[in-house]
Amino acid sequence: MLEDKDRIFQNLYNDFGADLTSAKQRGDWKDTKEICGKGREWIINEIKASELRGRGGAGFPTGLKWSFAPKEVGSRPHYLVINADESEPGTCKDRDILRFEPHKLIEGCLIASYAVNAHKCYIYIRGEYFNEGQKLQTAIDEAYKDGLLGKNSAGTDWELDIYIHYGAGAYICGEETALLESIEGKKGQPRLKPPFPALIGLYGCPTIINNVETISVVPTILRRGGKWFSSLGRPKNTGSKIYCISGNVNNPCNVEEEMGIPLKELIEKHAGGVIGGWENLKAVIPGGSSMPLLPKETCETIKMDFDACVENKTGLGTAGIVVINKDQDIIKCMARIARFYKHESCGQCTPCREGSGWMWRMLERMAKGEATRDEVDMLLDVTKQIEGHTICAFGEGSSWPVQGLIRNFKDEIIERNKFDPIVKKQKDIPYLVDQHLLEKENA
Amino acid sequence: MAVKKISKVQPEKFEFNKKNNETAESIIKNYPSGKQQSAVMALLYLAQKQNDNWIPLSAMKYIAKYLDMPYIKVYEVATFYSMYNLTPVGKYFFQVCTTTPCMLRGAYNLVDVCKRKISEEENRLSEDGKTSWLEVECLGACVNAPMLQLNEDYYEDLDPTKLEQIIDKISNDEVPKPGSYRGRLSSEPENTRKTLIGNKNA
Repeated sequence: MLEDKDRIFQNLYNDFGADLTSAKQRGDWKDTKEICGKGREWIINEIKASELRGRGGAGFPTGLKWSFAPKEVGSRPHYLVINADESEPGTCKDRDILRFEPHKLIEGCLIASYAVNAHKCYIYIRGEYFNEGQKLQTAIDEAYKDGLLGKNSAGTDWELDIYIHYGAGAYICGEETALLESIEGKKGQPRLKPPFPALIGLYGCPTIINNVETISVVPTILRRGGKWFSSLGRPKNTGSKIYCISGNVNNPCNVEEEMGIPLKELIEKHAGGVIGGWENLKAVIPGGSSMPLLPKETCETIKMDFDACVENKTGLGTAGIVVINKDQDIIKCMARIARFYKHESCGQCTPCREGSGWMWRMLERMAKGEATRDEVDMLLDVTKQIEGHTICAFGEGSSWPVQGLIRNFKDEIIERNKFDPIVKKQKDIPYLVDQHLLEKENA
Repeated sequence: MAVKKISKVQPEKFEFNKKNNETAESIIKNYPSGKQQSAVMALLYLAQKQNDNWIPLSAMKYIAKYLDMPYIKVYEVATFYSMYNLTPVGKYFFQVCTTTPCMLRGAYNLVDVCKRKISEEENRLSEDGKTSWLEVECLGACVNAPMLQLNEDYYEDLDPTKLEQIIDKISNDEVPKPGSYRGRLSSEPENTRKTLIGNKNA
């Protein structure tokens, strides 16, 4: 278990206040000048040595991402963009950083901007986080007043301006290229990659995009050394991470813990256990709604880091842990997630636009026991046809939770939907709008 | 994708007031010159605030001229993002999160309260014309579920009784205190904190 002194976010529960004075007392902005003085190479190498992986969901090595930015600034300026469009169901870590630890983020922005040669930084905050955005703006104003931002930021001789850009309620804008489109004042539909944003990003200029948590841990890593960070957790899965534990637990909470902490420890110790006891556990979504759920047997042993989750056919994602107990209807829960994806699909790629609604309607019927037995396989087939056939990872995000449900609870679905596969008998069901059912009707 | 309906009743003219005009000018300066289109989202939000929490078509046309961009591009943005209301909503606009983490903790009980105490249907004004409600997707406060957003503020850790009290207060034009309704100030575990113990009440 992580010791309190090794926790990066000391003010996670707002014991001290988020203002500049108390942030400085906690060690923020202490030697920013010296850190930047060691040069770009050193910063990037230190981040590489820390093996920090992006905290936004995909887990891409941060040092590597930064090294993709062109070494010299050509005719186009570089940009740093911070992704604070936290909308993944089950995740609310960035919100606490924005409202309680804004100076960690701002200092991280300065160091990262310096490392990737950017003079402008945009922080994209989801529109619903209006109050959190205001708090961050207050912190930015404080930093300007104190000379920590602006022409000669914190004495580093580096010019940096930070601007907040509010989103307006679109989940897809958390996808990095959709986010760039959104900043450019268009609807948030992802771009094809390549070209990658590191070369052609915001306004066609080289752009590095990082999650709030990733950037906020950077100053502490550089201060305490990449070696310290990589000594936590295990190789390739290093450091600490804010876990959000929600759903059917006694004390839902955010907690910063070491990478690779057992899931059971998180739930039992920090979140006060499952409502109704551990035996009442049905399943856990380990990394925000996009990640396949885990059955109880796996929850007993799994360790929460990137690679251990992949080994168990799921993903750490954003570490938004949603606990579902046996009092809940698991099919209904997943149907609600499918509805979320149907609502949030941007509509650009056909498999996702049509498929997300199709999956939702099928799952709704399955929850009610109005589907037929063969539709379970068809549902799986639909998920396979969405996955990998879309521009962005939303296709995977919407189909993986459904695949997880079928993988782990297929028997339960079939138990409830025992109908004969002949659809004709079920004509009075008002949901017969799915394409495959209409085709059968005409046949 | 969400279906967006445009209000049939539309005011003829829209124009920023003096204060919003200044705000809009300063927002445009946040972006490189020639990229003023980037400000469209912020300007739509300003227009929405100025116009009783919804955006009329005339405002979109106004913003298109303001930012020197085609009207259809503004329309595209306004219809794409879910936070822009294109039909009138209540002065007090409840948005109840019902995505799975909230649903697990009883968000649909809150929806029932809204149905009973505000209006039977989503997006329909209450009898006194002041409130309306809407079911929305994840608002990003899952640890404090179930929760809802009233205009710009989050009301967290709710239950049906507490929501009833909030709605009663609202109908007397009294805005209750936002935040958690179980007394916590952040997303810490209640009573049983196992980390950062030395910092507590520091």
